[in-house]
Amino acid sequence: MENLDLISILGSTIRLSIPLIFTALAGLFTERAGVFDIGLEGKMLFSAFAAAVAAFMTGSPWLGLLAGITVSVLISLIHGFASITNRGNQIVSGVAINFLASGLTAVLGQAWFSQGGRTPPLAASARFTEIVFPYAAELRDTGFLGRFYANIISGHNILTYLAFLAVPASWWVLYRTRFGLRLRAVGENPGAVDTAGISVTFLRYRATICAGILCGCAGTYLSIAQSAGFVKDMSAGKGYIALAALIFAKWRPVPVMLACLLFGFLDAFANFMQGKSVPGIGEVPVQIFQALPYVLTCVLLAGFIGVARPPKAGGVPYVKER
Amino acid sequence: MSPTPTAAPAIELIGIDKKFGAVHANKNINLTVAKGSIHGIIGENGAGKSTLMSILYGFYHADAGSIRINGQATVIDDSQAAITAGIGMVHQHFMLVENFSVLENVILGVEGGALLGRGVSEARSALKRLETDYGLEVDPDAIIEELPVGLQQRVEILKALYRGAEILILDEPTGVLTPAEADHLFKILGVLRDQGKTIVLITHKLREIMAITDTVSVMRRGEMVATRRTTETTVEELAELMVGRRVLLRVEKGPAAPSDIVLSVRNLTVKDGRGVTMVDNVSFDVRAGEVVGIAGVAGNGQSELLEAITGIRKPASGEILIHGKPVTGFDSARLRALGLGHIPEDRHHMGLVLGFEESENSVLGYHRDSRYGRGPLLDLDACREDAKAKIEKYDIRPPNCRLKTANFSGGNQQKIVVAREIERDPALLVVGQPTRGVDIGAIEFIHRRLIAMRDAGKAVLLVSVELDEIRSLSDRILVMFAGRVVGEKTPDTGEQTLGLMMAGIAA
Amino acid sequence: MSTASVPLPNWITYGLMPFLNLVVAFLISGVVVWFIGESPLDAVTLLLQGALGNGEGIGFTLYYATNFIFTGLSVAVAYHAGLFNIGSEGQAYVGGLGAALASLALDHYVPWYVTMPFAVAGAAIFGAAWALIPAWLQAKRGSHIVITTIMFNFIGAAMMVYLLVHVLIVPGKMAPETRVFLEGGQLPKLDWLIAMFGGKLGPAPFNVSFLIALFMCVVVWVLIWRTKLGYEIRTLGASPTAAIYAGIPYVKTVIITMLISGGLAGMMALNPVLGASARLQVEFVGGAGFVGIAVSLMGRSHPLGIVLAAILFGVLYQGGDALSFDMPKITRDMIVVIQGLVILFAGALEYLFRPAIVRVWQRFGKA
Repeated sequence: MENLDLISILGSTIRLSIPLIFTALAGLFTERAGVFDIGLEGKMLFSAFAAAVAAFMTGSPWLGLLAGITVSVLISLIHGFASITNRGNQIVSGVAINFLASGLTAVLGQAWFSQGGRTPPLAASARFTEIVFPYAAELRDTGFLGRFYANIISGHNILTYLAFLAVPASWWVLYRTRFGLRLRAVGENPGAVDTAGISVTFLRYRATICAGILCGCAGTYLSIAQSAGFVKDMSAGKGYIALAALIFAKWRPVPVMLACLLFGFLDAFANFMQGKSVPGIGEVPVQIFQALPYVLTCVLLAGFIGVARPPKAGGVPYVKER
Repeated sequence: MSPTPTAAPAIELIGIDKKFGAVHANKNINLTVAKGSIHGIIGENGAGKSTLMSILYGFYHADAGSIRINGQATVIDDSQAAITAGIGMVHQHFMLVENFSVLENVILGVEGGALLGRGVSEARSALKRLETDYGLEVDPDAIIEELPVGLQQRVEILKALYRGAEILILDEPTGVLTPAEADHLFKILGVLRDQGKTIVLITHKLREIMAITDTVSVMRRGEMVATRRTTETTVEELAELMVGRRVLLRVEKGPAAPSDIVLSVRNLTVKDGRGVTMVDNVSFDVRAGEVVGIAGVAGNGQSELLEAITGIRKPASGEILIHGKPVTGFDSARLRALGLGHIPEDRHHMGLVLGFEESENSVLGYHRDSRYGRGPLLDLDACREDAKAKIEKYDIRPPNCRLKTANFSGGNQQKIVVAREIERDPALLVVGQPTRGVDIGAIEFIHRRLIAMRDAGKAVLLVSVELDEIRSLSDRILVMFAGRVVGEKTPDTGEQTLGLMMAGIAA
Repeated sequence: MSTASVPLPNWITYGLMPFLNLVVAFLISGVVVWFIGESPLDAVTLLLQGALGNGEGIGFTLYYATNFIFTGLSVAVAYHAGLFNIGSEGQAYVGGLGAALASLALDHYVPWYVTMPFAVAGAAIFGAAWALIPAWLQAKRGSHIVITTIMFNFIGAAMMVYLLVHVLIVPGKMAPETRVFLEGGQLPKLDWLIAMFGGKLGPAPFNVSFLIALFMCVVVWVLIWRTKLGYEIRTLGASPTAAIYAGIPYVKTVIITMLISGGLAGMMALNPVLGASARLQVEFVGGAGFVGIAVSLMGRSHPLGIVLAAILFGVLYQGGDALSFDMPKITRDMIVVIQGLVILFAGALEYLFRPAIVRVWQRFGKA
């Protein structure tokens, strides 16, 4: 294989993994609290739209981020209202949110900007742009380590660094705080939480809000960091890949990051391989890489790679009165 | 040690009343428990014991009545309030997070701050202290699901004590324990009492009451019928209070004429979902033309025995034969084909699909039969005709086979099941709690049907927690205790003798 | 205290409550229309005119409805067994392969009515095959069928793109699609049916698949309510413990149910592939599998309800098209919004008004 440019593949691996990491961590919070979250995709899309609109209106990426998070949290609350308060079917609620996101962003985008559902291109100052670390330019041409520093360590936007911070932060919240302990407990045995005098409802709502915040970051990243504006249906199934990554990681934070990086790498590698042929095999179809995350997850679910034990109370509304 | 008659009682329940829909679970209950004592609450399944304690723990809300703790009027509207009032509860089904460590379970809800670090180390040393004070050894870092049930229960007790509970409620604590584990639990409870804790023990096992309580209250059908000092009562009296003097429903029947063996159970051992042995090496036969009754207090393995015989639960070991043919591990469809009829203990979860029309339930399990349609088709008219005939014959009301089953009364629902299973004319009829939640009229009717089956030369195996029912219907009585058949008696055996056997006291 | 256990008459549970939910969904849709500066009333008028105003509109409406009947039936059959098949989308996509292969193989040699049974069988078998692995994973390994069917939607999409780009594409062409089927591989239009009512079908692709869809409604009705298998499916869905008691085999029933569900989804492909475009194209399903969830929910998993709900969504699709033509501010995506709201209110929030209705009922209804 000629031109196997490891650094550039790794660079795009990171770029493609970021929305997955945020979103999968979001799913980690809801699902560990016992609320299925098929609507990750929709929340990401809603927040991408909100962030792009706000950044365009105000010229500030930070206000864009705030808008993205706010909208995503609101959608999370709808999911919470349907599945926690109304004890509705959590999967149906998620499907509804995905439909709403896909439709409403396009309708509003067209109504407000008349650009086929797009938002107008953002100026660099309204986006999260690359942060260049000291000496990155100088080190760029000094061999592998230098390039690694310049392209992998340096040269990403703030949300990228935030995503990698969110992984240990999520771990810390889940395993080192009172909230995290209770959250993990309510996803396994809400009765234990209830008899300990803690409100199951309030706890699950807080978990969905956490998910809203993280999905907000994911959407914001898509529209005002990775791209310069919102494009119709730009989440393009990333919410589902994140869901797959979450299952693949067996609902644990650090493996979630690794699974997202793996799936991001598959995506990056597929892009790289497009149109190239491997000696002896010929061109490897890009679709194999696209399908691989899902195939791997199914193989895992079948119990062929360890056992993926989902949170025990997942998907079941908590009913106390008999 | 007898309770110290000082100060205010630890618990006073005044006029507690609770209904679940049509079920009157607690009727105007009054209860007083002295501080530093072990108070037993005894009663049959469904007598309302657990509901009462769940109200005390703030899990359910009473419709009427008030609670006083240590003489103080206390409103307990959620579990948090109960914990604050110094009440801890060990639930029958443990309220533990199975993939958490012991320590994490203990601190859940009382973490001592937003961050876990400090609280965890404090809890660790507190656990050490509780361990030495009360003899409650358990590894704080062990994961719950890897612990045996006895230790899991200990964690529940530790949880309550760690929260500063002065009053400890235990709901059927020995149901899941081996006898040795149960003895150890009683020792711990004794130590706790001696250190001034008040303990309420809910159970249906007379032996436990006699072994460790200071006072005992008896509940029956939602009512508190008596309270005694344990030293001043007897097993016989308690058993009588528990069951009550019922109208004896004597069934007219002639002598049995047992012939060939239909059902043979050989060294059967059955484990439940948690892996606890519920049926332990049981053997017996049931012959054509006799009713064999299995007596026992609920939870002594009768349910699992029934499930194994009827193909719902796979036995761990042993053999089941019908007409001498081994059928161990057959599913219920194959067993039905061999002539087994099954009136299950729980008609709501097993015997009926409540959302179905009556006529649909009247073929459940037999729906593959050719009389209900040729080949793959289900002939609804045939089902309905069949249902109508049964409605007529069994006087099921309202006589409407298109009505949703959920809309029939308990007695009529049970008649739907009984009609379905008996009308198939099975060689072997396995019956569980045939008259639970059924009105007097239906009880008599069902009893007569069962005897008619016997007289028609069928083998009938009857499981019931109603001793009266067992005695009036059976030709032979097997008594089950702790998963074993502890003896065989004739139906004219006195209620007291059987009661003692059921309590595991005499054989 | 709790209103959940209070029984209500059927006309409230199956009539009034879904109706109220639907009304709320449409009211909120109206608010969205109003919010972007158009008149909701005008929009409704345009929508209805576009969908039902002439033969062509009706043709398109029924064409879309055909898709939704198939996917709605697919979701409903699984739902009767207590299974949530969210994979109708992928099963329909793969089903298209089976249908297309039949047409490609036969269209040179035989007329359409000979090809049709093979295409139907091909679509059903391929769709069913795509449901088999998720079904097996659910039945034998306990893997949640919602997750596995989602995964299989994506795996199916990747596979189909690969096949169209690398295998089935016409050499020398750019578009990832098969060759156009000859007449022997197409399903004829139903212009005579529209003409019977005095309309003109025009270019609308309303075709024989519609009749197949109606026929499948009858088949599903018979299956669920008039066969022993259907009885077992419903028992399993209503009470898994009663199913064990009745000796209904779990693994076998789950797998058969999912095969039927997948087969019905696969047959949806007949409509666009053989009936409309006369070739297999990338992403021809276009979300119809997910619409099936809404249709099945609204139709309460009953074929008659499904037909009505499918026509309602057909009206939305076709009317939405017409609407976006006359009101450029409202794009076709408005349909997706309405679908989302319908799924939210008719599905996830189906009990929203129940406590209030129960209170009113207890006050006045019983008197």
